[in-house]
Amino acid sequence: MSITQILFWILSILTVFSALMVITRKNPVYSVLWLIIAFMSISGHYILLNAQFLAIVNIIVYAGAIMVLFLFVIMLMNLNADAEPQKNKWLQLAGVVAGGCLLLVLIAALRETELRNKIAQTGGGSIGLIENLGQVLFKDYVLPFEVSSVLFLSAMVGAVVIGKKN
Amino acid sequence: MPINYYIFLAVVIFCIGVIGVLTRRNAIIIFMCIELMLNAVNLLLVAFSKMHYLESVERHVVASTVGTEAQLFVFFIMVVAAAEVSVGLAIIVMMYRNTHSVDVNFLNRLKH
Repeated sequence: MSITQILFWILSILTVFSALMVITRKNPVYSVLWLIIAFMSISGHYILLNAQFLAIVNIIVYAGAIMVLFLFVIMLMNLNADAEPQKNKWLQLAGVVAGGCLLLVLIAALRETELRNKIAQTGGGSIGLIENLGQVLFKDYVLPFEVSSVLFLSAMVGAVVIGKKN
Repeated sequence: MPINYYIFLAVVIFCIGVIGVLTRRNAIIIFMCIELMLNAVNLLLVAFSKMHYLESVERHVVASTVGTEAQLFVFFIMVVAAAEVSVGLAIIVMMYRNTHSVDVNFLNRLKH
């Protein structure tokens, strides 16, 4: 078992475990902290696949900005106690069964695909580096890049308008 | 690593996100589960991009850039997710201001 495989399994187990913790913790603050760990381990997967730019952006944007935003909102609402009211156990069970059925169907459908002998390259290749991504982004995808700035502007205006006291 | 492992890992994370959306009643945690699902898809896109890159390298394409688009798509998904979170959290804050709770069960006014 090579070092790449060992790292892959450790990161996979960490990702799945922290994802499970996100949906089982009662306290929303703990959920946010476990979600940060899940994003960190997904960034580890990106590094393993040599997608360095995405690994850094994932940490900065998701674990840095978005999760801090979540923590701020939880802090503003003072939800740190387990404020979730008691809910129907049967509905919860039905949700778990429905999600499990989706998992079963997807795995059964994807188990015998023709891709199953292909390999995802780990630890090599240069397409994930900033140089190549920047070349493609600013040559072929410059219009979507600029349109996304308009999207951000409209999201900012929308957040201010919604959050304003009326 | 075989692409199968990445597919199954992404499917498992995605389904955990789906289960979270279906079982939890806290709007913020539902929102976080949506982020989890987005990340599962991102991971799978990057794995597929590396798979296609390796294929084109094995076909002796010199200086191949196959697969760069997939990573750019992941970048744009992150951009859209950031915008989505800002608006969604504003909506949750407004909902908390009106109902003094983030329980989605209170949001059943369309039913009556």
